[in-house]
Amino acid sequence: MAFKIISSQCTACSACEPECPNNAIREKDGTFIIKPEKCTECLGYFDEPQCVAVCPVDDTCVIDNSFPRYVVAA
Amino acid sequence: MDNQASVASIGIDQIKPLDQIMQQVAEHKGCGTSSEGGKASCGSSGGPEDMDPAIWEKVKNHPCYSEEAHHHFARMHVAVAPACNIQCNYCNRKYDCANESRPGVVSEKLTPEQAAKKVLAVASTIPQMTVLGIAGPGDPLANPEKTFKTFELIAATAPDIKLCVSTNGLALPEHVDRLSQYNIDHVTITINMVDPEIGQHIYPWIFYKNKRWKGIDAARILHEHQMRGLEMLTERGILCKVNSVMIPGINDKHLVEVNKAVKSRGAFLHNIMPLISAPEHGTVFGLNGQRGPTAQELKALQDSCEGEMNMMRHCRQCRADAVGLLGEDRSSEFTTEKIEAMEVNYDMEGRKAYQAAVEQERQATVAAKQAEMADLEAEFSDVKILIAVATKGHGRVNEHFGHAQEFQIYELSTSGSKFVGHRRVDLYCQGGYGEEDALPIVIRAINDCVAVFVAKIGGCPKADLQAAGIDPVDKYAHEFIEQSAVKYFKEYLGKIKSGEIVHAARGDADIRQGAYIAA
Ligand code: SF4
Ligand code: SF4
Ligand code: SF4
Repeated sequence: MAFKIISSQCTACSACEPECPNNAIREKDGTFIIKPEKCTECLGYFDEPQCVAVCPVDDTCVIDNSFPRYVVAA
Repeated sequence: MDNQASVASIGIDQIKPLDQIMQQVAEHKGCGTSSEGGKASCGSSGGPEDMDPAIWEKVKNHPCYSEEAHHHFARMHVAVAPACNIQCNYCNRKYDCANESRPGVVSEKLTPEQAAKKVLAVASTIPQMTVLGIAGPGDPLANPEKTFKTFELIAATAPDIKLCVSTNGLALPEHVDRLSQYNIDHVTITINMVDPEIGQHIYPWIFYKNKRWKGIDAARILHEHQMRGLEMLTERGILCKVNSVMIPGINDKHLVEVNKAVKSRGAFLHNIMPLISAPEHGTVFGLNGQRGPTAQELKALQDSCEGEMNMMRHCRQCRADAVGLLGEDRSSEFTTEKIEAMEVNYDMEGRKAYQAAVEQERQATVAAKQAEMADLEAEFSDVKILIAVATKGHGRVNEHFGHAQEFQIYELSTSGSKFVGHRRVDLYCQGGYGEEDALPIVIRAINDCVAVFVAKIGGCPKADLQAAGIDPVDKYAHEFIEQSAVKYFKEYLGKIKSGEIVHAARGDADIRQGAYIAA
C-alpha cells in the first residue's frame, strides 16, 4: 500500500513533502522518507502519485513491494 | 534559484542541499552593465541621465544591477528553498541552481531562522552587504513558506537590506501579491524562450497543478506563466530583471526575440549568460555534448540586444554562497557553527556611514573619468579595443596579476570606456610565485584583450603576456580603472597615428567557469 523513497538517490530537495495529500513524507537523517501506513499512492486524490511527479530524480519514489497495493475503501 | 539563471548564470546545476555555507555575492550572475549605445546602460554607468530616477534610486546600490555599485557593494544569498517545480536541461539537481551559482557547487541548506541569523551576522560584519537573495538550490517560489518566512525575519531586524528573489516564473503569478506585501523590490525571472517549440528542448518537464507536464505542453505553460508574472510585476511597480542562458543551436538567435518580449513587458534589465556545460556536471546538456558559447559569440549577442534595452554584463557566475564584496569569498568566516556562536548586534548607523562614504567614492570615480574624457571626444577613430583589469573593487586597479581570480573587461572606443564583462581564471599564483600551468589559462581567458591593467606583476608573466601580444600595464596601480583606461586608449590612438603600433583585431577567448574551485 505504499510508495517508498530510495534514499541513496534522494537529493533531500523537499519538493515531495508538501505535495503529499496524506502528510506521509518527512525528513529523517538528511533524506526523505514515506510512512507506508499513511501513503495511499495518491488514490482518491490525484491521477498520479505526487511524490513521483515532482521528484527531480527518476526512479527515486517507487512502489514498495513489501506492502500490498493500496485499495480505496468502497 | 531558479532555474538556471544567474545568473550568470549558467551552468547548470542544482540542488542538493547540503553543505557549504552561505552564500553570497558575487556574481553574479548577473549584473549590470553599461553601454554606450543606444540606451543606456544598465544599471549604471549611464545612470541618472538615461534612467528613470525612481528606478535609478532602486538599483544604484544593487550589486547585481549597477555596474558601479558592483565595485562597492555586495549581495548575499541564502539557500532556504531547495525544492523546484520544473526541470531544466542545464541543471543537475544534485547541486545548486545554475542560475545563481557555479555548476557543481552545493550550498548549505538553512532553515529560515538560521538564514536570518546568518544574514544579520554578515551584514553587521560587512557593511557592503546590501542585498539578500534567496538562491538555489531550488526555486524560491516553489518553497513559498520558507522564502517568505526568511524575508519576514530579516525585514523585521534589518529593514535597510534589499530583498530579491530569482525564479523560473512558473509559480510567480500566484505569489506576486504576497511578494509585493513583503516589500521585495527586485525579482529576477530566468526566461530562455518565448516559443514553446524551443522551450521543449530546454525544459523536459514541469510540475503544475498536481501533474507532471512534458514536452511542448510543459514549455507552453511555463512560458505563459513567465509572461504573465512579468506583466504582473510591472503593474505593481516591482523591478524585474530577466536572465537568459545562451544555449548555442537552441536559443541563441531566439534570445533576440526574448529580449523584445521582455522589454515590451517592462523588464528593466536583461542579462544573457553563457551556458556552461561539461559532462561531469551530470546535466542533460553536459552529457549530450551541448556546448556553451565562446566569449565572442556571447558578446555579439549581447551587443545585438543592447540597442533594445539595458543589458547586464557583470554577472559572474560565481558561487552563490560566497560572502563578501563581489568576488571576494569570505564564506569561511560565516559557517553555520560560527554563526550559531556569534552575538549579532545589527549596526544600522555604521552601515549608513559606510554607504555614504561609498557614494562619495563613486562620484569621485565618475568625475575622474569625465575629466579624462574631455579631449577624447574630439578624436575620430573607429578603433575599439578590450582591456582586462585586475581589481579588488572600489573601481580601482588594485589587484596583483598573480592574485587575480578574475579580470574585468572594458571595451574602449572614442565614446569612452564600457564595462563588458568578467573573465574568471583559476588562481594563477599563490603567495606570489608563478605556477607554470596557470598562465596559459589566464592568457586564453583574456586573449581578446590588448592590455591587462594590474597593480603589480612579476617579470616572467610579464614577458609571457608580451609574447602573447597582451600589454601588461602596471603604471596605473591604485588609480581609478575607467580614468586610466581612457588615458591608455588615448595613448594607444597616439601610437597608431605615429606608426609605433599597428592595430589589429585580436582573437576570441575562453569562457571559464572553473574559477573559484578552491573554495
Ligand atoms: S504516493 Fe501520494 S500519498 Fe504516497 S507518499 Fe507519494 S504523495 Fe504521499
Ligand atoms: S522530491 Fe525526490 S529528491 Fe526531493 S526530497 Fe522528495 S524523494 Fe528526495
Ligand atoms: S531545474 Fe529548477 S533549480 Fe534547476 S536550474 Fe531549473 S529552475 Fe533552477
